[in-house]
Parts: sequence; structure tokens; C-alpha cells
Amino acid sequence: MELDPLILSRIQFAFTISFHILFPSFTVGLACWIALLEALWVGTGKGIYRSLSEFWTRIFALSFGLGVVSGIVMSYQFGTNWSRWSDTVGNVLGPLIQYEVVTAFFLEAAFLGILLFGRDRVPRGIHLMAACLVALGTLLSSFWILSANSWMHTPAGFEIQDGRYFVTDWWQVVFNPSFPYRLTHMVTAMFLTTSFVVAGISAFYLLKRRHSDHAKLGLGMALGLITVLAPLQIFLGDQHGLNTLEHQPAKIAAMEGNWEGGPRAPLVLFAIPDVKAETNHLEIGIPALSSLILTHDFNGTVPGLKQFPADQRPDPRIIFWTFRLMVGIGMLMLTVAVVHLVLRFRGRLYSSDWFHRILVGCMPIGFVAILAGWFTTEIGRQPWVVYGHLRTADAVTPSLTVEAALVSLISFVVAYAIIYGAGTYYLIRLLRTGPTHIHDAKQPPEAQRPKRPLSAADQSIEAAE
Amino acid sequence: MQEIAEGSLLTLIWVGIVGFAVFMYVLMDGFDLGIGILYPFAPTEEDRDTMMNTVAPVWDFNETWLVLGGAGLFAAFPIAYAVVLPAMYLPLLVMLIALIFRGVAFEFRFKARAGRPWWNRSFFLGSLLATFAQGVVLGSFIQGIPVYERQFIGGMLHWLSPFSLFCGVALVVGYALLGATWLIWRTIGPLQDWCFRMARRLMLVVLAGVAAVSLWTPFLLPQIAERWFSLPNLIFLSPVPIVTAVLAFALWRAIDNSREVAPFVLSMALFALSYLGLAISLWPHLIPPGVTVWEAAAPPKTQVFLLVGMAFLIPAILGYTAYSYWIFRGKVTGAFGYH
Repeated sequence: MELDPLILSRIQFAFTISFHILFPSFTVGLACWIALLEALWVGTGKGIYRSLSEFWTRIFALSFGLGVVSGIVMSYQFGTNWSRWSDTVGNVLGPLIQYEVVTAFFLEAAFLGILLFGRDRVPRGIHLMAACLVALGTLLSSFWILSANSWMHTPAGFEIQDGRYFVTDWWQVVFNPSFPYRLTHMVTAMFLTTSFVVAGISAFYLLKRRHSDHAKLGLGMALGLITVLAPLQIFLGDQHGLNTLEHQPAKIAAMEGNWEGGPRAPLVLFAIPDVKAETNHLEIGIPALSSLILTHDFNGTVPGLKQFPADQRPDPRIIFWTFRLMVGIGMLMLTVAVVHLVLRFRGRLYSSDWFHRILVGCMPIGFVAILAGWFTTEIGRQPWVVYGHLRTADAVTPSLTVEAALVSLISFVVAYAIIYGAGTYYLIRLLRTGPTHIHDAKQPPEAQRPKRPLSAADQSIEAAE
Repeated sequence: MQEIAEGSLLTLIWVGIVGFAVFMYVLMDGFDLGIGILYPFAPTEEDRDTMMNTVAPVWDFNETWLVLGGAGLFAAFPIAYAVVLPAMYLPLLVMLIALIFRGVAFEFRFKARAGRPWWNRSFFLGSLLATFAQGVVLGSFIQGIPVYERQFIGGMLHWLSPFSLFCGVALVVGYALLGATWLIWRTIGPLQDWCFRMARRLMLVVLAGVAAVSLWTPFLLPQIAERWFSLPNLIFLSPVPIVTAVLAFALWRAIDNSREVAPFVLSMALFALSYLGLAISLWPHLIPPGVTVWEAAAPPKTQVFLLVGMAFLIPAILGYTAYSYWIFRGKVTGAFGYH
């Protein structure tokens, strides 16, 4: 592979967005959970809700900070590395990004300050409202950015003049054909990701026999949500796949590793796709199952990669596997939900160490599934950046040189390695420390108000020692 | 004709909105970047704690204006976004990396024990380099960006010039002044005394910098010289330097009389005047020297769609910004907060 500004920019984008997405994936669900805990605290006055909320708010703040700085990078990268794309689609996508900033980012940033530092400075109701507004901000942010992304997969509501895009119908732009599917699939994925982290941390405390009240509460709530969302997610994923089949059949063919297409297509479980020979090696498949899944009929006809010109095919070598990884994790999540139900009905949910160990191991699976899913959908859109209209190769900044692109890529890799390394280290320290106990009371004891979340952990470490 | 007039008004409104967002960013992140620039020179480590605490609840909010400026340009003037950002590839890279290191220093510094000096350095160098890079971008922007077929056609080092580097240094001093006067307002005791001393020195350097940039700019582009020095503009525009001089004098007096709020307000006013002067120099160009705001504007359909939301959202944002600052009002001392 020869290095040129295009491939370097693609690697840089994939690298920075992959790191960035980890944080929203986690903080959207977490913000909602914190808001729920704050509501329970205001409603019941039970100290456990408040202390659990404060614990997770510290983790939220750290994750949010890392998400903010990596997000600023994204908002500039569109222009620095993809200036032809920016100029071509700016009329359409610019406003969606702008709406994300003014509806979501400001709301999150302003009320996060109050959520973190304002507990003693504002009435309890205002503090709860701040928690709810932060959660609302994260959801609005997801709404706009997924709308913009979906438009690049299924563009609608525009016309092209002189090679640039002009909007004819905003409703069609925002609610483009793949958007409802992508939004529900992604938001559910984010809630599942958060649930598995909360369940994993809670299980870790149960195994260590620490903070058992907090841990049982967290574990019960997280697994309850997983039980609802895991089967729902499989349904939503299926719907999203059907939508992709309708609008981006080449992507489906690549995901399925299907070269020939046609009726009674097998579900390929294992294969090594060979792009040059246009075939799979070592293929193992279940006959007709792919047709059944995609068309809900054994004899249904599904697309094959050979039906598309070679220069309009996505490369199946990565996404065949990332898709299987995502689906596999979905099935694992469903299994966890079922096992949890069995244990709960037998009354052994909080005493089964083996299950808690599994949950600790499952902590990162939501993140892995989200990354795998995004790799699948984004690589599956290639060679287009705006599907069917603008090629990725025509979107890159024309003035960009190999040297400059290489310098920026290396800089980001080094910087992220340092920052995320340190961030992970401090997160683990926060998690090891755990929640602090707060008494039930109408008026809680005047706590030291930390100016940043991490200092609170210091205090609790010292208190424990 | 009617349609053209409507289009012009919309574009003017959008120039106002994007201009306002960029200015809000300069003011709000200006003082917290300035605190980072002053950071290693503070008398004691405890003072550094206090300095950081004065901006801890608001810094990420301040930085959001930077995203708004970028996104606003992308939405309302896509060609400007597509030309200016590639032209500034390397300075913007420096700015982004610097902002990352300084942003996370807020979170990490108070946690670290052995690593603490490193996060102090990260905060200082991040603030310094981000500011310097912004100044370089500004200077290089004033000098002009070559455009062909709606794309930047210069080299990767196009931004590098004595003027742009000078602007980088000038902005560092300018943000430091904002930071020092902010701290005068929000702190007490020896730290505040130190800030008064710093502000007095910084102010002189800032005024020298403003004067130098003002005199240098007309030599860069003949159209800027013509804008300011031809009649009758010379008379109409004379209030700009005159008011600047009056403000500078008032700032000097305010610092001498140990006023607490006035220095910050007057420093912001100095920035506003400099910004206004810059706008006068460049108008109606969005990408000097060739592309005007009219040519760069997104079509009315895009502008209107955005404006409908902005009409409600910008006032709401300003409202809850004010509320947030009000909640965290008052003097910040070492006695509370981090230990």
C-alpha cells in the first residue's frame, strides 16, 4: 500500500473517530442513568441513590472530558483533511452539525458544571434538572450527528448544481431513509454498553465483597435493562439490515461474503474472502439461511458482490468479520440476559460468583460491538463518502501533502496514546475506590465540594485508609 | 431584486452570528488560556490551585464556542471552512494537540502525585501553544489565502511569515492580560496583588502589540491601507483608534487604583475594539484577499433553516451561560476546593 494523503487521512479519521466514539457510547447511557438516580434521590431521600450517583458522576466527568477534547478534533478534521467534501456538502450537513453544537454541546457543558460542582450552590430540584438536561444534551447530540451520518449513507432531499449539493427538503434530509434505523440501533447500543459497564463494575464489587449495597442496586438495574434491550437490539439490528439491503445492497453482499448472489444463499459462518479471485476460501455456511434472514424466505434472492462494478464494491475482507463479531456479541448479550433471568427467579443473582466473573469479563463487549458495527457500516459504504454520489477519493483536501498528513497522523497517535493511557489509569483508580457512603437524611451532611471529580476520589481514598 | 436583497440581509445576519461566536470564543477561552499562560509564573503552588479553580466549572463550556465558530463557518460559509482549514493545517494541528493536553490537565492534575509537575507543564505549554497557534492563524488569515476553484492552492507552510508569528506572540500577551485581569476579579490577597503587577506590565506590551499590528496591517494589503487612510474613511473611522486610546488610559487608571472588576471589563473592551478594527480592515472579504462574504454564503434555504433555530437557541445559551457564571460567582480562595 502506497502512502498518499487519501489513505493517511482515512487512517487518521478512522483512528480519531474510533477513540472519540468510545466516550459518547458510554456517556449517553450513563447520563440518563445518573439523571434517574438523582430523581430517585430527590424522590425518596435515600442516601444510596445519591452516593451511587456521585460515584458514577465522577466517572462521567472524566469520560466526558476526554470526549470533549477528542470531539473538537473531529469538528476541525472535516475541514482540514476533507475540504472537498466540506465544500460539496456543507450546505446540507453544516446545519446539522451546527444544530448539534447549539442544542446539545452547550447544554451539556453548561449543566455539567452545575451537576459536578453545584450541588451545594443550587436547590435540589435545580440540581436534578441539571442532571436531566445533561442527559437530554447527550441524546440530542446523538440525534443530529446520526442524522448527518445517515444522510451520507442514504442521501435524500437535495439537488446537485455545479457539483455541489443544495437542499430541496429539510425534512427529507434530517429524516433520511436510514436515519430512524441507525438512531434506534445506535442509542440502544449505547444503553447496552453502559449497562454492561455498570453490571461489570457492580459484579466486581460483589466479588471483592465491597460496597455490596451499591453493587446490588447497580447490578439489578443494569441487568434489568439488558434483559429488555438485548432482544430489542437484535430486532432493531435486523430491521436496520433490511433497510441497508434496500438502499445499499453492495454493503450487504460484502457483509455476508456473498460473491454470486441469487436465491437460497447460504449464511457464511467462516470464510477468507479473496478480492482478486472474487471468491471465498475455506467457506463454511448454512444453506439458504442468509436468504431467510434477509428476505424472510428460503428462496429469496440476495445481492452478490459480482453484480456490482469492481470500482463500486466495498472490500469484504474487514467487514465480513466485523459484522460477525457484532452479531456474535449481540447473541452473547442475549445469553447474559437469559441467564440473569434464571438466576433472578431462583434468588441467586447476588450470590453466584461464577456469573459475576462472567459479567466482569463482559464489561468491554458493548464498546467492541459498537466499534465493529461502525467499521462494518462505514467501510461498507466505500468507495463512496456520500453513497452513490461522492467518492471518498474525490473528497480529500487537494492541497494536503503526504508529509503534512503523516505528521498529523503520528501526532494524534502519540497524543492519544498518552492522554488515553493516563485517562484509563485514573478511571481504574476511581473504579477501585468505589462509592462513598452517604446517610439517608432530609438534609445531608455538608460535604466537601470537590472542584473536579478526581479530587473527590482522593478524599475517599484517604477516608478509607 | 427583492430576492437579492433578502439574501444579502440573511448573509449579513450570518456574518454577525459567526463573528459573534468567534468573538465569544476569544473572550471566554481567552481568559482561561491566559491563566494557563501565567500559570508557571504564579508565586506558589497553592496559587496555581486557586487559579485553576476559578475556571474549572466553566472551561469546557468556554471551549464549546470554538466548536460553534468552526461549525458555524461550515454551515453558513462552507467554502471558507473548506479553504481556511486546509491552509492552516499545521497551526491548527498544533492548536488541537495543545488544547487536548491542556484540557485533560484540568482533570488529571489534582489526581496525580508524582506526575503533577508534568500536568502543570501540560497545562502551561498547552495553553501557550494553543494561543500562539491561534494568533498565527489570525495573522496568516489577514495576509490572505490563495484560492482556485473553491479550494486552497498554497503550500503547507503558506501560513509562515514574520507577521503571522508576530500575531502569535501578540495574542499570547493579549490572552495573558485577560487572564490576569480575570484573576484580579476572582481572587484576593497576595495572588491578587501579583495579578495587578502582571496586568500593569502586560497592558503595556499589549498596547504596543495592538499598535504594531495596526500599523503593520495596512502595509500587507493595499486595500486595507485604502480602507483606513483614504478620505472620508479617515474621519469616519477615526473613533476606532481614539476610543481604543481612551480605553487604554481607563485600563491604566483602573489598575493603578486597584479596581477589581473594571480591569477585566476594560481588557475585554480592548479586545472588542481590536476585533472591530480587524473587521473594518477585512470587510467585505471572508477569505482575504479574494472571496467576499456574499460569494461564500450558503444558499438562503440553508441560512433560513439554521436561523429559525438560532433565533431561540443563542439567547437560551446566553441565558444559561449567565446563570452558570452567576452560580459560581464570588471570590475563589485556596481555602476551599482542592486539597
